[in-house]
Amino acid sequence: MENFLYTLIIPVILFFSFIFTGLSGNKFKPAVSGIICTATVFISAALSYWTAYQYFFLHGKVNGVYQIINVYKIEWLKFNETLSIDIGILLDPISVMMMVVITTVSLMVHIYSIGYMKGDSGYSRYFAFLSLFTFAMLGLVLSVNIFMTYMFWELVGISSYLLIGHYYNKPSAVSASKKAFIVTRFADLGFLIGILLLSAFAGTFDFNELTNPNGNAILQSASTTFMGLSAISWALILIFIGCAGKSAMFPLHIWLPDAMEGPTPVSALIHAATMVVAGVYLIARLFPLYVFTSPVALEVVAHVGAFTSLFAAIIACTQTDIKRVLAFSTISQIGYMMVSLGVSGYGAEEGLGYMASMFHLFTHAFFKALLFLGAGSIIHAIHTNEIYSMGNLRKYMPLTHITFLTACLAIAGIPPLSGFFSKDEMLVAVMEKNIFLFAVQYVVAGITAFYMFRLYFTVFWNKDKKYEHVPHESPNVMLITLIFLAVCSALAGLIPFSQFVSSNGVPFSTHIHMNIAIPVVGIALAGILLAYALYKKESLSPEKIKNSLGVFYRSAYRKFYIDEIYIFVTKKIIFNLISVPVAWFDRHVVDNTMNGIAYTTNFVSEKIKYMQSGQLQQYAFIMVAGMILIFLLTLYLIIV
Amino acid sequence: MTIEQLLLMRHEIMLLIAAVIILIIELSAGKDNKSLMIPAAVIIFSLVTFIGFLPIETGKLFGGSYNTSDMIILMKNSLNIGVLIVIIQSAGWLKHSFENFDNSGGYFFIIISSVIGMDFMISAGDFLMFYIGLELATIPIAALAAVEKMKRRSSEAGIKLILSAALSSGILLFGISILYATNGSLFFSSLSSDNLNSSLQILAFIFVFTGVAFKISLVPFHLWTADVYEGAPVNISSFLSSISKASAVFILIILLFTVFNSLVSVWNTVLYYTAVITMTIGNLFAIRQQNMKRFLAFSSIAQAGFIPLGIIGGTQFGISAVIYFLLIYIFSNLGAFGVVSAISNATGKENMDDYNGLYRTNPKLSLVMMLSLFSLAGIPPVAGFFGKFFLFTAAAVQGYYILVFIAVVNATISLYYYLLVVKAMFINKSDSPIEFINNDNYTKAGLLICAIGIIIIGFAGIIFEFIESASTGI
Repeated sequence: MENFLYTLIIPVILFFSFIFTGLSGNKFKPAVSGIICTATVFISAALSYWTAYQYFFLHGKVNGVYQIINVYKIEWLKFNETLSIDIGILLDPISVMMMVVITTVSLMVHIYSIGYMKGDSGYSRYFAFLSLFTFAMLGLVLSVNIFMTYMFWELVGISSYLLIGHYYNKPSAVSASKKAFIVTRFADLGFLIGILLLSAFAGTFDFNELTNPNGNAILQSASTTFMGLSAISWALILIFIGCAGKSAMFPLHIWLPDAMEGPTPVSALIHAATMVVAGVYLIARLFPLYVFTSPVALEVVAHVGAFTSLFAAIIACTQTDIKRVLAFSTISQIGYMMVSLGVSGYGAEEGLGYMASMFHLFTHAFFKALLFLGAGSIIHAIHTNEIYSMGNLRKYMPLTHITFLTACLAIAGIPPLSGFFSKDEMLVAVMEKNIFLFAVQYVVAGITAFYMFRLYFTVFWNKDKKYEHVPHESPNVMLITLIFLAVCSALAGLIPFSQFVSSNGVPFSTHIHMNIAIPVVGIALAGILLAYALYKKESLSPEKIKNSLGVFYRSAYRKFYIDEIYIFVTKKIIFNLISVPVAWFDRHVVDNTMNGIAYTTNFVSEKIKYMQSGQLQQYAFIMVAGMILIFLLTLYLIIV
Repeated sequence: MTIEQLLLMRHEIMLLIAAVIILIIELSAGKDNKSLMIPAAVIIFSLVTFIGFLPIETGKLFGGSYNTSDMIILMKNSLNIGVLIVIIQSAGWLKHSFENFDNSGGYFFIIISSVIGMDFMISAGDFLMFYIGLELATIPIAALAAVEKMKRRSSEAGIKLILSAALSSGILLFGISILYATNGSLFFSSLSSDNLNSSLQILAFIFVFTGVAFKISLVPFHLWTADVYEGAPVNISSFLSSISKASAVFILIILLFTVFNSLVSVWNTVLYYTAVITMTIGNLFAIRQQNMKRFLAFSSIAQAGFIPLGIIGGTQFGISAVIYFLLIYIFSNLGAFGVVSAISNATGKENMDDYNGLYRTNPKLSLVMMLSLFSLAGIPPVAGFFGKFFLFTAAAVQGYYILVFIAVVNATISLYYYLLVVKAMFINKSDSPIEFINNDNYTKAGLLICAIGIIIIGFAGIIFEFIESASTGI
């Protein structure tokens, strides 16, 4: 077996660059931090390509099956013979694939940020946190142990919080970062309880044990039931709640649109390509457990995913902030991945959904990062997020235009761009298992094309708007990354993904299913045409739609009032009915009791100080009197 | 009597030899060489302490008047360690108070005599030996309390101590005589096999208890404590508050578990109430103190109130917890007294206000003081936390939840006044803080030993295990 020990460098080097830049970034020119962090990410990326090459082409496959390799495994906390928290690195097809995605997108974002963040006062802080995030994300995907995943999961959460709140003097950014942290933290509670339940029944935290189809964890776990479901199902559903929090599934999606307050490259890295797919990744990581012990939990995953994808797609059609459109589009696409995972079986061909989901995760990372970076380029040029303040930008920003268009076509699923292939596989998988979910996903494919091209036509075509100054193309350092990602988005679909990733490690081959591909491309083209008709030239028709759809439009525009519902539940119900009485109790009863004890202590101590008079005869008297008192008390107690 | 039998009394014999050697050195040293007394005493006593740890047979002597066991040897060794620290810490005071070291030989002789008394008391197998040991332990200390002849307060302390001690030993003797009258024996072994349950015998128990509780300064027999600690030299106060108190607790345990074992329900009740009242009164008084020595006096009273928690269940674990607690208490208390003594010797300042801003000028002293106070207060991770924790566990296992609750509340109150001192040192600002004190090596060594002990004893689980293995069979 080839030695993969060097993979340790990939995450750890980023941690050191975080420590170094974080502690001493202010001592140098800001550019130094940028270069140091970018260089370390570059090393990480290069090493992960090398790892991927070694794993997929040279050493990973034994007897035609991709192996799970534990590169490191160090016991950190031991509870009993089987239950321990280990720290280590695990390589298997999906972790290697994620490693490549994370380091690639992170490298692009680092390079892009050198230009985008120029002149920002928190430049080195920004890069330090970016390194921390990348470290945490790599730790998450490479973990050998579900508890290690949980630790890095939280570390990802906190670094995301720090990055969203980068502009900490902006109140909206501060509240957005808090919202993101609290919502995901709330969901993580489910994750933690899920882990504890799981370990209680399966007796291990170790992924090798948990996901071994013939292992004890899977064989023994279905015994206990609670409210009609096996305990393990509850555990897996709770873990899914954690995943739903991170991956912004309904109804825990509310933090993601607000998280767009962070710098745009951060949105590209965290809220498009990496962190938000952590939930999908975790379910894929535990996939054998889901398939073999709890089909119910998988059903939940599939249905929540399907609902979320439709829900978010509809909202995306009404948003006017360019980044929010992209945010809802992300939610919708992650919903897609969830559906595909949820309908999948275990095996090579049976696991088509699993493969397709990972495939879409892979391609989506590139085109969604590209969309965000493109949006960043536009925002960089005209300093607004509002799409109706943009128009005809193709004239001023030709390169941004071309790359953005590539990404839009990719996400809409137009062949031969990458989104077409992954979406086709997903829809085939869904079609085989559940016709209803297929119908939903089919409609969502059309809506996706519509809202993406609504965005595209409004921003790049339409009429010139009043700009403060003539928009200009972004600096080269940003354009390079756009071009690179555009190439990736265009070509990533040509990778024969099923040869590398499958649910049981056995490669298989797939082909394009014309009976599905043609209708899907058809509905996507229909969506594009509709957007073309409505938004290419400025016209009154969008307004008309707004008026004719009335209530429905307004509620979609207000994101179906989910935020308002949350505020109602927390402020009106929880705060008034629980927090206020608790606070009253704390302030009046608890505090006064404590103050009372302190006061009494002080008072008594003041009163009895005369006992200590310094007179020896009095001391003797008290001593003898005390002795007699004790004797009498003792006699009394004995007699009674 | 063979030589092997005589060697059972190894601790006492060695102490006696050490005391005599010190006297001889003092007599033979010329006037110019008196300063040699301190290193000589430290070396001799270190040897005594070390030899005390070597393994030895156990057994009885003098027809059962004297006996040793693993636990008794452990107790004596704990005392020796404490005395060694006191001797090291005294160096600074001796240099400061006795320019020509005139009396230092006498000082060491008297301290060691007192320790001999304690050892005999702990090893006693009958009340006669016990009483002689007790007196031998107390009377020299009264002399030491008054050793600063030119200071009125020192003399007052000596007088108060000797008079109160006389009263308490009178009561104790009365109790012993009642026991003799009702049972016809003074031997612990024969008393313990008799069934003591008449009211007269209960009275005898209360009298004996009073005599010992006086030395532990349990309320209401504590009133001498603050005046004596304040008036006596700091090192004598620390000796009284740590070594003397620990020895009295040891003999109390032995008496309760041998002589009075048939009165378990009685002494459980008595201990219960004295514990509650001692903790509470000690704390209430400690809150108001401004003088550091009085403050530590009341703090030591409050600390003594926790000790019955370990005894009260009558379990072996409880006894181990008490010995462990006392070991930690010796280190913590000597650490605190050591700092007070260092500051008092250098500047004569003994008030809490004088400690304002101490951290800026004397960071090391402040840190040792903080460690000691944290340990006394029972803040993890220093040793004091584990000491209290085991005591509370011992009581809780026996079902004394209310007592444990009261103890916890009192521990919280004690935290307040310990932190007052820490606050003064670290937070309060002062226009004229105590200037940097350049301590001699003895003081530094003494404080260092305490600081290390406070940290190590908590973490080295082996120490508690050792105590637990030794404290079997009383």
